[in-house]
Amino acid sequence: MLKIEELHASIEDKEILRGVNLQLKPGEVHAIMGPNGSGKSTLASVLIGREGYLVSGSVTYEGQDLLTLSPEERAAAGVFLAFQHPVEIPGVGNMYFMRTALNSLRRQRGEEELDPVDFLALAQEKMKLVEMDQTFMNRSVNEGFSGGEKKRNEILQMAILEPKLAILDETDSGLDIDALRVVASGVNALRSEGRSMLVITHHQRLLDYIVPDQVHVMTAGRIVRSGGKDLAVELEAHGYTGTQEADAGRLSTAGISR
Amino acid sequence: MSAPTTSTGISDEVRELANQEYQYGFVTDLETDVAPRGLNEDIIRLISSKKNEPDWLLEWRLRAYRHWTTLTAPTWQHVTYGPVDYQDIIYYAAPKPKKRVESMDEVDPELREMFDKLGISLGEQERLSGVAVDAIVDSVSVATTFKDKLAEVGVIFCSFSEAVQEHPDLVRQYLGSVVPYNDNFFACLNAAVFTDGSFCYIPKGVRCPMELSTYFRINAADTGQFERTLIIAEEGAYVSYLEGCTAPVRDTNQLHAAVVELVALNDAQIKYSTVQNWYPGDADGNGGVYNFVTKRGMASGRNAKISWTQVETGSSITWKYPGVVLKGDNSVGEFYSVALTARRQQADTGSKMVHIGKNTKSTIISKAISAGHGQNTYRGLVDMRHSAVGARNFTQCDSLLIGKDSGAHTLPYIEVKNQTGQVEHEASTSKIGEEQLLYCRQRGIPEEEAVSMIVNGFCREVFKMLPMEFAVEAQKLLTVSLEGSVG
Ligand SMILES: Nc1ncnc2c1ncn2[C@@H]1O[C@H](COP(=O)(O)OP(=O)(O)OP(=O)(O)O)[C@@H](O)[C@H]1O
Ligand SMILES: [Mg+2]
Repeated sequence: MLKIEELHASIEDKEILRGVNLQLKPGEVHAIMGPNGSGKSTLASVLIGREGYLVSGSVTYEGQDLLTLSPEERAAAGVFLAFQHPVEIPGVGNMYFMRTALNSLRRQRGEEELDPVDFLALAQEKMKLVEMDQTFMNRSVNEGFSGGEKKRNEILQMAILEPKLAILDETDSGLDIDALRVVASGVNALRSEGRSMLVITHHQRLLDYIVPDQVHVMTAGRIVRSGGKDLAVELEAHGYTGTQEADAGRLSTAGISR
Repeated sequence: MSAPTTSTGISDEVRELANQEYQYGFVTDLETDVAPRGLNEDIIRLISSKKNEPDWLLEWRLRAYRHWTTLTAPTWQHVTYGPVDYQDIIYYAAPKPKKRVESMDEVDPELREMFDKLGISLGEQERLSGVAVDAIVDSVSVATTFKDKLAEVGVIFCSFSEAVQEHPDLVRQYLGSVVPYNDNFFACLNAAVFTDGSFCYIPKGVRCPMELSTYFRINAADTGQFERTLIIAEEGAYVSYLEGCTAPVRDTNQLHAAVVELVALNDAQIKYSTVQNWYPGDADGNGGVYNFVTKRGMASGRNAKISWTQVETGSSITWKYPGVVLKGDNSVGEFYSVALTARRQQADTGSKMVHIGKNTKSTIISKAISAGHGQNTYRGLVDMRHSAVGARNFTQCDSLLIGKDSGAHTLPYIEVKNQTGQVEHEASTSKIGEEQLLYCRQRGIPEEEAVSMIVNGFCREVFKMLPMEFAVEAQKLLTVSLEGSVG
């Protein structure tokens, strides 16, 4: 589904991603954890085609070179990002926005567009999934939404757009316990054989709800450790610094110096 | 729109006439259809006599002209343009039927493409392009029907020239009462040489039964470059007036200096909406229209209300400050504006609110969008006089920049001479959010569509003030005008 090889990304001479390797099979959910500023969001940005990075390495998505596609082409190919900081778009209705998005995707895929009535039915069904009130649909996109409401709105879009590769960037941050449960169960409901997910988080707690197939630790622009869901528990107990030390120790015993 | 009258694009026949030696003066020469180039008292006498005007009107024109000769064109606007040679303009040409074409196939393909994008019906396209079909006849009969309906309730809606003949007392009473002939350089020129425009009178207590639009005025096609509009709402009357259309208007006249005067008496309300889409010039800024307009309302009665709503997307240079003089106690003035400058367009626009009466209230909402090399300046004046006890103003100016070569400037002027006056001003300038664009594109919305969506969202507060149909058209217009300005 997704294969990232030796991915480097820099901005204004500052190298942020320094050789990321990662492979995701269809239906798998991987978690990425790691300290602030280690490059997790940057990885997500590069995957969706944000401009401004100098990128090298390769990203193969369903057999095609993802890095050559525009952001909207990537979206049409099924790539979705739940943003860490969803932006507000004043004056643009949330419902209208989502319908336009879905219809753009459908158009690019050569499918028929949904009319407002059909779309409303679809949206209402998906809103139940994230326990979101209809009033949010009549407001401007994310405008004046609380932090938690914005995150729910992201998951709602994911439910409506039905991507094949969903990247969730700290969707759990800023959520209260109930909201966390709602968002997690929404995500779980969307888990399917054909849909892979990359879940960026700082909290092991989320991974109690969304049980990942693999956990990766990113430090200073690299994935320094990978493991099963137990790794998250270990991180919770010892922190990233502990991991880095353990890491360095392991590397040195293997006789590799940096 | 009107007969060709500038140095560019005039017919040989006109040129020949224009170049003829000036021999006898034009006061008596009623045979000619075209005045020679340039401006002097004889030309003004010619215009006035051609239009069969009463003496007082001729005197008024002459006073304006004499004053104008003492003025120089203003230079304080934040726009640059080459000097206008006022002696190289033909100030009078008898209205001529538009050059007719046999079918839409003969119409400029670029124009047709724009018509299509705006979703203008074929019949309407033909009318606007001057295709010789029944559609024109239709619109005349529609107009007549409307006129009958208006006459039933006593509303007068006609061309300015007709009003001078049919309702001279009303014209004499109100002409120049809001924008005096010596108001400013362009208004003064207009007073001297205006050829036609619209006149509208709503009697006491009448709510005008339909939106009045220049579209329905039979001879609206040839109002020329110096247009004059006068709207009077008597006590308790209401009228909504629509000016312009979203269809692209090409004009060989480069300079347009119109004047609009509105008068609202006690409890009267005038809502004036404009969509302006004159030719903006090519990508290098050549050939566009200079739109130098003076628009002002006089809320002379208590509880009177005047609202200006404008969507400005055309012209290479726009210079206009629709304002309201709030003279009556509790009177209200509003200004809602969307101004878009793309290519090399320049706009210096805003509003003037003059508070004189007690508890007068004004609202200014300005949305400026600059794309390409477009330059947009908001210039506004809020003036609260001694007498304006309890006056309030709220001003909000938002600018949106698209691309790195565009510019936005905000120049508010505030003068408060009353302790109880309240003025609130909010301003913001934002780049069209890279973040917003990426968000839309990530969801699959192509870039151009995303830009148009964000821009329309930005303007929503103003669009919702427009009559429904106009608002839908204005949105489309904005989208079309922005095309090609991204990336
Ligand atoms: N546009 C930019 N210009 C300069 N530095 C940048 C830019 N964008 C990101 N960075 C830097 O790159 C590093 C990685 O940032 P990134 O947002 O990917 O971290 P993160 O792992 O997502 O952190 P967090 O857990 O806090 O969300 C940070 O040091 C950040 O300051
Ligand atoms: Mg981050």
